Amino acid sequence: MATLGELERTVMDVLWGADGSLSANELRDRLDSANGAKELAVTTVLTVLSRLENKGFVERDRSSRPHLYRSVTTRAEHTADLMHEVLGSAPDREAALARFVGQVSPEEAETLRALLSGTRNS
Amino acid sequence: MFTASVVLAALALTLAWPVPLILARAAWPARAPGTALVLWQSIALAGGLSMIGSLVLYGLIPFGGNLIEGGFEFVRHLFAGTLPPDANFSQMFALCLAALLTGHLLLSLLLTVVRSEKQRARHLSLVNLLSAPLEGNPGTRVLDHPSPVAYCLPGTTSSVTVLSEGLLTLLDESQLRAVIAHENAHLAQQHHLVLLAFKSWHSALPWFPIANRAETAVAVLVEMLADDQARRATDDRTLATAIALVGSGAATDPGAPELTWANRGEIEPGLVGPRVVRLLNPQHPLSSSARAVVLLAATALLVIPTVLLVLI
Repeated sequence: MATLGELERTVMDVLWGADGSLSANELRDRLDSANGAKELAVTTVLTVLSRLENKGFVERDRSSRPHLYRSVTTRAEHTADLMHEVLGSAPDREAALARFVGQVSPEEAETLRALLSGTRNS
Repeated sequence: MFTASVVLAALALTLAWPVPLILARAAWPARAPGTALVLWQSIALAGGLSMIGSLVLYGLIPFGGNLIEGGFEFVRHLFAGTLPPDANFSQMFALCLAALLTGHLLLSLLLTVVRSEKQRARHLSLVNLLSAPLEGNPGTRVLDHPSPVAYCLPGTTSSVTVLSEGLLTLLDESQLRAVIAHENAHLAQQHHLVLLAFKSWHSALPWFPIANRAETAVAVLVEMLADDQARRATDDRTLATAIALVGSGAATDPGAPELTWANRGEIEPGLVGPRVVRLLNPQHPLSSSARAVVLLAATALLVIPTVLLVLI
């Protein structure tokens, strides 16, 4: 799945924290109060929002003026998706990290359990 | 030069088939994993060297009496666009094959490195988002997830050991110390580089069953090496219990089925069991004289094809 850049993440944080939909202007105001040092142009916010829309993170309500934006998933769902990717196994990723205990077949798990309980004498 | 090429071909065949089979079945590697790892690397390198070297020597026969002379002559003909009068089709075919094989192996290595580096970077950024540092253990982070997981992410600039909340609940303090020592050993000894090399060899030759066997054998040896470091931090039984707990717990946890089931077809039987058995019934390490013999053999494996290539 797609990941978020730093600015995208900040925008998503505001959307996740909002009750409902926000316009780009409202969003920018909340962003400014969130990190007062950075002043963002509305056009920048709009660019980020359309990128987030393309990535499937944000829905845009075009029927109202100005357009309203809201997050597609909740923050918890997004975290769960990321966690799923981190913990899931793909051959490519298996090459990138070294697990303490790698893939375990059910039979082997059974053997390990037997070893643990000491019911099997070897 | 023809004789040398035949000898190299015979060596390549021996190293490609019977030798890895025998080594994969042998019992002594568990008693000297580090030495066995050196031998595996030497077999793989010498095998590739003799295979390509044999083809090159055979192909260069019409160009000159030895590799250097033939090589120079070959380059001269290449630029002139000519062939020596006694060159035949099979020799040119051998040269093409050597070039293709070399390119294929190098490209596969490059691809494997780039791909795993990309995966590693992405994984690291996700882990940084999802985890918190573990107090008192620099370079260790904890994922908030109930299934017991432990792994390390080796990086070029910084490496991370990742544990899960599930692991922290499952293991007691000394078992946890064993896990961290095991992962730190992987990082300190740069095991991922060896694994990467064998992985790339396997992906370059997917139809070659020995490559698969070698990759598995090397993976087990690397784990045993890390276990040997970890048993210094605790005792054998604590480490064995930790492995068995994580192994059996990870396989039964309904919360993260993909963790163990996704690659069901690829599960190699008995990757974890031998590690536990080895810790529970410790055997004497291989004697230093036997280890010296193995290291000598590993050196000879590399020297022989080199000598055959350059000096004959």
